Amino acid sequence: MSRLSIEHPGQAQIVLNGLYREMGRRINASSPGLCPVDMALNFVRLSHAQTCGKCVPCRVGLGQLAVLIESVLDRTATLETIDLIERTAQVIADSADCAIGYEAAHMVLKGVRGFREDYEEHVLHGRCICSLGHPVPCVSVCPAHVDIPGYISLVRAGRYDDAVRLIRKDNPFPFTCAYVCEHPCENHCRRRMVDDAVNICGLKRYAVDHASSMEPPQRAEATGKQIAVIGGGPGGLTAAYYLSLMGHSVTVYDKLPKLGGMLRYGIPDYRLPQNVLDRDINFILSAGVQVRTGVAVGQDISMADIQKQYDAVYLSIGASGDKKLGIEGEDSVGVLSAVEMLRSIGEGHAPDFAGKRVCVIGGGNVSMDATRTAQRLGAASVTCVYRRRIEDMTALSEEIEEAIGEGCQILPLQAPSRIEADEEGKVAALWTQPQHIGPYGRDGRPAPVKANCPPQRIPCDYIIVAIGQSIEAQPFEAIGVATHRGTILADLTSAVPGVKNVFAGGDAVSGPATVIRAVAAGKVAADNIDAFLGYTHKIRCDVEIPPAHLTNTPPCGRVNLTNRSLTDCKYDFELVKLGMSDEEAQQEASRCLRCDHFGYGIFKGGRKTEW
Amino acid sequence: MVNLTINGQAVTVPQGTTILEAAATAGISIPHLCYLKGINEIAACRVCCVEVEGEHAMVTACNNPVRDGMVVHTNSPRARSTRRVNVELILSQHDCKCATCVRSGNCRLQTIANDLGILSVPYETQLPTGQRAAWTTTYPLYRDAQKCIKCMRCIQICDKVQSLNIWDLAGTGGRTTIDVSHNRVIKDSECALCGQCITHCPVGALRERDDTQKAFDALADPEKITVVQIAPAVRAAWGEALGLPRELATVNRMAAALRALGFDYVFDTNFSADLTIMEESAELIARLKKGELDHAPMFTSCCPGWVRFLKGQYPQLQGRLSTAKSPQQMFGSVAKSWFAQRIGVNPKKIFCVSIMPCVAKKAECELPTMATAAGPDVDLALTTREFVRMVRADKITPETLQEEGLDSPMGVFTGAGVIFGATGGVMEAALRTAAYTLTGEEPDPDAFRAMRPGKGRWEATYTIAGVPLHCAAVSGLGEARALIEDLLAGRAHYHFVEVMACPGGCVGGGGQPISMEDRELADQRGQVLYGIDRVQPLRFSHENPQVKALYEDYLGEPNSELAEQLLHTDHRGWKMPGEED
Repeated sequence: MSRLSIEHPGQAQIVLNGLYREMGRRINASSPGLCPVDMALNFVRLSHAQTCGKCVPCRVGLGQLAVLIESVLDRTATLETIDLIERTAQVIADSADCAIGYEAAHMVLKGVRGFREDYEEHVLHGRCICSLGHPVPCVSVCPAHVDIPGYISLVRAGRYDDAVRLIRKDNPFPFTCAYVCEHPCENHCRRRMVDDAVNICGLKRYAVDHASSMEPPQRAEATGKQIAVIGGGPGGLTAAYYLSLMGHSVTVYDKLPKLGGMLRYGIPDYRLPQNVLDRDINFILSAGVQVRTGVAVGQDISMADIQKQYDAVYLSIGASGDKKLGIEGEDSVGVLSAVEMLRSIGEGHAPDFAGKRVCVIGGGNVSMDATRTAQRLGAASVTCVYRRRIEDMTALSEEIEEAIGEGCQILPLQAPSRIEADEEGKVAALWTQPQHIGPYGRDGRPAPVKANCPPQRIPCDYIIVAIGQSIEAQPFEAIGVATHRGTILADLTSAVPGVKNVFAGGDAVSGPATVIRAVAAGKVAADNIDAFLGYTHKIRCDVEIPPAHLTNTPPCGRVNLTNRSLTDCKYDFELVKLGMSDEEAQQEASRCLRCDHFGYGIFKGGRKTEW
Repeated sequence: MVNLTINGQAVTVPQGTTILEAAATAGISIPHLCYLKGINEIAACRVCCVEVEGEHAMVTACNNPVRDGMVVHTNSPRARSTRRVNVELILSQHDCKCATCVRSGNCRLQTIANDLGILSVPYETQLPTGQRAAWTTTYPLYRDAQKCIKCMRCIQICDKVQSLNIWDLAGTGGRTTIDVSHNRVIKDSECALCGQCITHCPVGALRERDDTQKAFDALADPEKITVVQIAPAVRAAWGEALGLPRELATVNRMAAALRALGFDYVFDTNFSADLTIMEESAELIARLKKGELDHAPMFTSCCPGWVRFLKGQYPQLQGRLSTAKSPQQMFGSVAKSWFAQRIGVNPKKIFCVSIMPCVAKKAECELPTMATAAGPDVDLALTTREFVRMVRADKITPETLQEEGLDSPMGVFTGAGVIFGATGGVMEAALRTAAYTLTGEEPDPDAFRAMRPGKGRWEATYTIAGVPLHCAAVSGLGEARALIEDLLAGRAHYHFVEVMACPGGCVGGGGQPISMEDRELADQRGQVLYGIDRVQPLRFSHENPQVKALYEDYLGEPNSELAEQLLHTDHRGWKMPGEED
């Protein structure tokens, strides 16, 4: 008789495995603003269903935790119940035999400690602190709250100009964002509960690629107020655009010869062609914004003068400085900062890497930009050195894949230890200390740990450092602008505390972030500066949104954008990503679930037509 | 040796010692509930959690070995909190109505909760109800789902010791519980009714069907003549549950207690054990002479748990069982025939009760093959524990009672009958008489003491009258299964095999008092029986004068037609669940 046989999962297990995947997607697609106590309750219930049943803390304890948390939600608990929840969860965390139990208890502990005030609010007042502030997940998660279902429906209806008009109500960079937005909107897309997120960014790209040139909206009656915007990047130009539409007289100062900030001088052309960026900037300027480029505040004009001369000032200076490695040999000839190198290219002074070996240090998006740019500048080899694992890199995974596809090498788990120079002081090699991945740190990411191996020598001619950016805030500190850990201190309203007519936002306040967050900051600043000046101007858009289709598309694959052949791409700065075809755009637009119309959206807050 | 510190005390123990055992050597007791050494070391209850310096989580003391330099705290604030909360969680899913629980006063959970001073449970009471708590009231084994704490001991005993897998986990998640395996109900399972799950249950979730009221009803009926028999192994254990020292817990004091309860005649199953030997040894010799045992053995048939096991697991081998009824049933047959005749009453008036160390006896006496027109041979089988409950119900204090003799004629026994209660005893007793029958000479009564194994399987070959006799004795059904598999595979050959379902034999029976300290008392109780045997003037069953009288007056000779009718049975006359027609 045979003793062993090949095992196949049963039908129930196959179906259940599919449901696990669906549930995982569903949890990720949770709308922002759900009650954390209710979610905690149901996470415990799910965990309890996973119990094998062997041990008391998990089999009995998780069930009792669910009862206790439910009593909090049912308002039959007292404040002591919260202590009992904490005590019980602590014992389960301490004494469950395996991760099914102790990790479930850790989740409850994190909640009862992390959002205790929500628990208390339920006990004391029978309700939540949280609420569905905005019922449409993509709109809610977009920092600028762009009307996404609105413009997707316009794309589906073939009304591309209207789609772009609608986007400009909240974001004057539709072209730029269509190419380089990190699209947080897609993370919580409700379509993930069905199959996968709608390719929102790709549809925006389709809209702008098919839009004609447009006239700016009518400006409000001139107010006579003078506003200075320091820094002509996406945040500054956004504030300038809306303030100009509100009837104020806006002047943008920038120390560089052209507007665009990091969009022009940081993002390489193969991702964001100059002419695409120019379509946004020209449109913004056509709304009456005045420009003084090549003027460095603090050098060419004092901040104190600007503050006096203008009714309000918006500081959107970005984070264009570089960070140093702080290792031996850093001042050798051939060590460049990524920010500096990309800016030179933007200014038309590309370094010649022909036949050279280049090392790039860092794992973020700037590091990938530097890596792929070096490749395009003719380098014989490009090696990106990173101290953690590839999966720990903060760069978008598609950027990494494309860099590898273009022939760049990623060398993970190597911490730069020193730079070796030749007798002329030129870079000869990068020395690294091998690492292995270790325990999770406070930032919730696994940290690298020095491996018990000798340092490695990587011979090279250039080293590009891309380990972060800094803010050059000295000229503004003179008028009382405070900084903390290298960023400008400002309120959530953008107001700079203690300096009455000065506002600040964008990377300079948040640290290096994304285009859409800079745009959102500019929008907030425009609104609050308008109010500060004593006005209540509204920004609106009169585009009619098509009615929702009654049936949405059944489960269907998401259309992802494709690339030009990466082997061809690596020799030029032409755009890499190809847009959707007409039929792809139609199909993709039809996947939108129209949360502005279905669900809570039809009841409250499905669409804000003005701000 | 490993050096460690427990509660500030330096402790040195051998490598591999668990924290729990190491603490015990230092006089430090760590409460535990599910742990059963060698059987259930799964750390399910988490009550034995201690704090070990340097470890993030709490550590279970029962199944983790000590390490050199370990620093253990059994009563740190965290250890106290962990222990208390886990016991509170267990209590939240336990029917805490101790006043109506058979295990009150003998319950590990009750003791731990009381010791911890838990006066209220902060959690909701969550007890299964309806179908999830349903159980038959007629089956000899009773399970109370509301009391089960899912320690898994029953599963482990049944799987690892008895190899029967009657119990298993039912479900996963929060509703995980223990139930009959393979989604069956207990009546449809091949449960041997050995009762080992009961004696290893730390709480009152498992017990025998309580028949004490039926006994009280019979005692209250003036029309009934109540006759009680005391099984050999009961005398070695009954005092334990009453706090009686072994020297006071004699069979004669037990007789006094039974008379105090109101029984009319107090007899001894030892009498019918001697009778069993007469029949079984005669059968052995006959089958041996016919050559029936050349290729396969004769099995003893006195243990109903074993008979149920064999019929349920290896029905093709039931013809190898001795046809002799068990002593309990022979007693009943004789009581309702010869004895009824002797005292001149209609056998229907006799109510025959047995006090047994066994749960399976309850099923045995209900078999259709164990009854005549006068009714069942044995009307009611009580476990030792039920007898103790009756004594306590009547507030009888046995230590104040004078010892009394057993009644005649069926209170007379030999040492051979006594040792039936220990594993190997039936074999030894049978060999004593078989040797006499075959040689005509009395052998040394201790000649066959190699059959006193204690645990596991023991084998010996005796040459009697020039005939070599390969013998084996096993106790525990897992051991029995291994022996049968060896027989079936041709790896072993015996002429005569004794099997007892419970480890250690009837002294370790599933109807015996339960040790809350998880002590396995079979060996100790077995020694009591061998002690009694040693001091008996008569040590051969065939010397029992009343057995002789029974044959002379009534039966004629062993295996006579009347003996066959009264004292033998057809094991095929009834079916175990799953046994084909």
